[in-house]
Amino acid sequence: MGSDGKKREGKTDQPSLEFSDPPPPFSLLIAMAMAIKLSLILLFFSSSLIPTFSLFEDQVGLMDWHQRYIGKVKHAVFHTQKAGWKRVVVSTEENVIASLDLRRGEIFWRHVLGANDVVDKIDIALGKYVITLSSEGSILRAWNLPDGQMVWESFLSGSMSSKALLTVPANLKVDLDSPIFVYSGACIHAISSIDGEYLWKKDFASEGSVDVHQLILPGGSDVVHAVGVTDSSQFDTYEIHVKNGGLLKHTSASFPGGIYGEILPISGDRFVVLDASRSVLVLITIENGQIHLEQTHISDLIHGSSGNTVILPSKLSGIFSLRTDNGIVFIKVTGEGKLNVMERVDKTVVISDALPHSEGEQAFALVQHGDGKIELSVRLVHDMSSNHLKETVKMDHERGFVHKIFINNYVRTDRSHGFRALIVMEDHSLLLLQQGEIVWTRDDGLASVIDVATSELPVEKIGVSVAKVEHSLFEWLKGHILKLKGTLMLATPDEVAAIQKIRLQSSEKSKMTRDHNGFRRLLILLTRAGKLYALHTGDGRIVWSTLLQSLRTTSQQCAGLKLHQWQVPHHHALDNNPSVLVVGRCGLSLSSPSALSIVDAYTGKELQNMGPVQHSTVQVISLPFRDSSEQQLHLLIDADKRAHLYPTTPEAANIFQRESENVYWYSVESEAGILRGYGVKKSHSSDTPPSEYCFETRNLWSVVFPSESEKIIATVTRKPNEVVHTQAKMIADEDVMYKYISKNMLFVATVSPKASGPIGSATPDESVLVVYLVDTVTGRILHRMTHLGSQGPVHAVLSENWVVYHYFNLRAHRYEMSVLEIYDQSRAENKDVLKLIVGKHNLTTPVSSYSRPEVTTKSQSYFFTHSVKAISVTSTAKGITSKHLLIGTIGDQVLALDKRFVDPRRSLNPTQAEKEEGLLPLTDALPIIPQSYVTHSFKVEGLRGIETVPAKLESTSLVFAYGVDLFYTRIAPSRTYDSLTEDFNYALLLLTILALVVAIFVTWVLSERKDLQDKWR
Amino acid sequence: MEQLDLDHSVPVFHIDRLSLQLLLMEKGKGVMGSRKWAVDFTDNSSTPSTRDIPDPPGFTRESLDLDDSSLSRQKKDAESNWKSQKAWEVAQAPFKNLMMMGFMMWMAGSTVHLFSIGITFSALWQPLSALQGVGKVFEPYKDNKVDLLAPKLLYIALNLGGMLLGVWKLNTLGLLPTHASDWVSSLPPAHEVEFSGGGIALH
Repeated sequence: MGSDGKKREGKTDQPSLEFSDPPPPFSLLIAMAMAIKLSLILLFFSSSLIPTFSLFEDQVGLMDWHQRYIGKVKHAVFHTQKAGWKRVVVSTEENVIASLDLRRGEIFWRHVLGANDVVDKIDIALGKYVITLSSEGSILRAWNLPDGQMVWESFLSGSMSSKALLTVPANLKVDLDSPIFVYSGACIHAISSIDGEYLWKKDFASEGSVDVHQLILPGGSDVVHAVGVTDSSQFDTYEIHVKNGGLLKHTSASFPGGIYGEILPISGDRFVVLDASRSVLVLITIENGQIHLEQTHISDLIHGSSGNTVILPSKLSGIFSLRTDNGIVFIKVTGEGKLNVMERVDKTVVISDALPHSEGEQAFALVQHGDGKIELSVRLVHDMSSNHLKETVKMDHERGFVHKIFINNYVRTDRSHGFRALIVMEDHSLLLLQQGEIVWTRDDGLASVIDVATSELPVEKIGVSVAKVEHSLFEWLKGHILKLKGTLMLATPDEVAAIQKIRLQSSEKSKMTRDHNGFRRLLILLTRAGKLYALHTGDGRIVWSTLLQSLRTTSQQCAGLKLHQWQVPHHHALDNNPSVLVVGRCGLSLSSPSALSIVDAYTGKELQNMGPVQHSTVQVISLPFRDSSEQQLHLLIDADKRAHLYPTTPEAANIFQRESENVYWYSVESEAGILRGYGVKKSHSSDTPPSEYCFETRNLWSVVFPSESEKIIATVTRKPNEVVHTQAKMIADEDVMYKYISKNMLFVATVSPKASGPIGSATPDESVLVVYLVDTVTGRILHRMTHLGSQGPVHAVLSENWVVYHYFNLRAHRYEMSVLEIYDQSRAENKDVLKLIVGKHNLTTPVSSYSRPEVTTKSQSYFFTHSVKAISVTSTAKGITSKHLLIGTIGDQVLALDKRFVDPRRSLNPTQAEKEEGLLPLTDALPIIPQSYVTHSFKVEGLRGIETVPAKLESTSLVFAYGVDLFYTRIAPSRTYDSLTEDFNYALLLLTILALVVAIFVTWVLSERKDLQDKWR
Repeated sequence: MEQLDLDHSVPVFHIDRLSLQLLLMEKGKGVMGSRKWAVDFTDNSSTPSTRDIPDPPGFTRESLDLDDSSLSRQKKDAESNWKSQKAWEVAQAPFKNLMMMGFMMWMAGSTVHLFSIGITFSALWQPLSALQGVGKVFEPYKDNKVDLLAPKLLYIALNLGGMLLGVWKLNTLGLLPTHASDWVSSLPPAHEVEFSGGGIALH
């Protein structure tokens, strides 16, 4: 590693140095080696101090951005009456509860619950608390509506798992208290909304295995109605007193046909449900404590409908909606219990719940999708025939269909009623419609990023107008004079603000062209909604977004899986834009057909839509070969272990045929505990593959872990695009160790099956963590290490010749981080300087895994305070700069930890030479320096991954962390030794030079004059 | 003012016999400095052919020479003695430099920073430039009778010593590529023959 040079000194100036240029004055001597050494020294100047990323307050936002999202909205509750700030409280599929400003869509407050704490229901109680029911109905919380503080929390224990239902009665008072009724764990709980106290509990487990579907409080009564099904063949209704939970009445009626789906309430005493065959509608009427069942064949109501009938869950009083293959049908239930078909609408129509509108009137909204627009119509329940309100809103094609709608009404200034609608689109974005316009939009699809790729921006076109140059020059000068004023403390507060504004909004950083340093790029993000976004790294704005058509074509549920670089034109095919390959799967099982599409990285257009293709995809392998148009060759492995080659061109096939004997692939079967290695079959077997781009593979090796003692919990490999600068590691006393650098190395961590649960589920004696380094070409186990009394979860990162992994040590009751470095023993003999000078060494000969090189490893473990969500490592363009680990902590922050802290060679008393090398004295724990949080004051809520991309500038690495939030910054692990800092004052430098030139001139004139005078004397 | 014909009015001074010797040297160092001007006092009286102007009638050069020969020989001896002495002085001058350099190097320590690098490179550069100018340094003392070889050798040896000192310093600073690490640090990792990819099935 370059910066591990042996010279150290505490100088930290910023020498400006280009790597390609050897320093000219020194080249007189032993030029080449000297130059290398000097560059190392200069590197060392900058890396000798442990750099931290602490920023000044005014540097926030200069090169980082942070975006806050909430995810796809599941439920929304409006809070607009008697409120100063009109807001909507939402819960999302990312387990976020948020309060949004209805005017601008900004987040007032937000809470991200854990991944296991799924929000089931939300509501508002007492007009001031947001009530959330989560974790399958076992946790009930109340949050203060204005500021989001938690008011109380109650844990509800049940006897068995069941549905989670929440009912917050609007005007129910029981002994000065307003109870909340929750059905969860097969019990009905009544909980005080003021302080979360338990009022009573009614266990239904004793009543037989009844499954309650609805919890209803008819207005004005003090009885809770619970409607449920027992063994899907008997309807049960229970009436329970709100004060004490006493069972007042229980009625039941058997229904042998069985039921499908949920019971939907029509009115206080009427319910509707489908029978098991989905062809009969059952209307349940409770009259005088008796249950009447009435069956109606759907085919009698709707002609020509098939089996795929579903009752939509929208609660419209007196009406329900039924979705069939042909469309959606509204059915009215008359007072006599007759079903009347009212209207048929298109299948893509989305219906909201009914909303009390005016005196006894209820309104609901339905949204119809048109071409480039959506039609929102509000109808009154009692007058279905006409639209109460109809608005047409222009809608971006890339947002797809409407998935959900929530409506709310308000009183206009002229006392008429207006409606606003919150709609959730196919791409998970959230929009507020009001008066036929989109008031605001939130791109909340970005809360569920699956995979990240990057792309370069287009090269800047040559030819800039003179006026522009003059203008920019003037601006430049003005900016620098302001800056100079700032440094000389002459600036007024206004000017200071102007300086800060210039710094933050420099047009330089958000340009749509490639820059010299490689800081400006496009981040291409694949989201769970199947939408592809391109974000500019300069300011984080969305450059383009595409809803992938290849994932929408079939009726099957398609989801994106992976994003790969498809074409990166560098040398040839320069007039082509770079493109990315999106691999998706249509269906839930591994053998479902896959969908492929190639998307232009500059415009977001789908260049090729190859999906759905016939074969399935379980793995995507990006081969290190390119064809003449610089398309990367990819192997897609299907469920039958066949390899499919892409692009499907004869040229690609030729390249692959040529290289196929050295192409291998492996699979990790976590459940079975087996690693398998495969090679591509040369000759076609008897059952010929369907095309010339499909290859049979054969199993070469298998590593079977004993299932009774080991279970695979984590595997990690090197990033395929990682660049390693050197194979030698210089250690103390000018000695050399040769790294074992192989891209075919796999790190596998296994734990004993008992210890695979959460921490604390196994005793230290039972839990063993075993880590392996496996060569994936030959299946050879390079190294194996056992950590007794330790367990997962294991997070690991593999880079160059080392692995750092994080796990829990049960004996020490602390988290640990271990490092494993692997060195090549077969090259260790290359130490004779003379032989190296004349080139007599085997260091550059290609290596084969079959030569079974001897390896040695060094390892060390350290305590680490935090539990970890993700680990990554910085990557730079040439791999010279020292590396930092990027650790996503449990607090959703990203911590940069110098790799030198996790060096296995650290010892208690390092020798002088080792100190010079930069080896730190051994400590038992890794330090957490508060300044080295790269996310500084921000949190990347729900952090899932950290991606690093090298910039063109060797010192700098671009970091993108994603979860519910997105965060981007760039870091320089050894400081920016190869460029001047952002705040370098060019104007001052220029002025100094000018002053010096003037001074030289003046003194020259003066000295001439003096000389002349001397001569005349 | 009378207009003068320059060709004839400029008096020609024959300074053959002037024993005036003016050598502008830099204080103390002598050898290192460059002459600004000098009067060539070598006796070229025996070579009248170089002159444009013929000797006046009745003037015989030989007789004059004979008269002064003993005096001039004495003078020449003194001169050559003085020259060789000076040459030895000049030859020994780098020694002082060497001591000074050694002291400075000791002061600079063995860590790499601006100062020590500067010292080391000046220690390398000075002898090198001095060696380049060996001929020039000893030019003033060039004489048929003076043996300049020994002082020159001493001078060269001392400068080489200085250079060695510089190289040694370079080595103590660790700037010489004398270790294996210096030769392998820039070697890229060896190419791998096989390629393998894959992993856990996508889900």
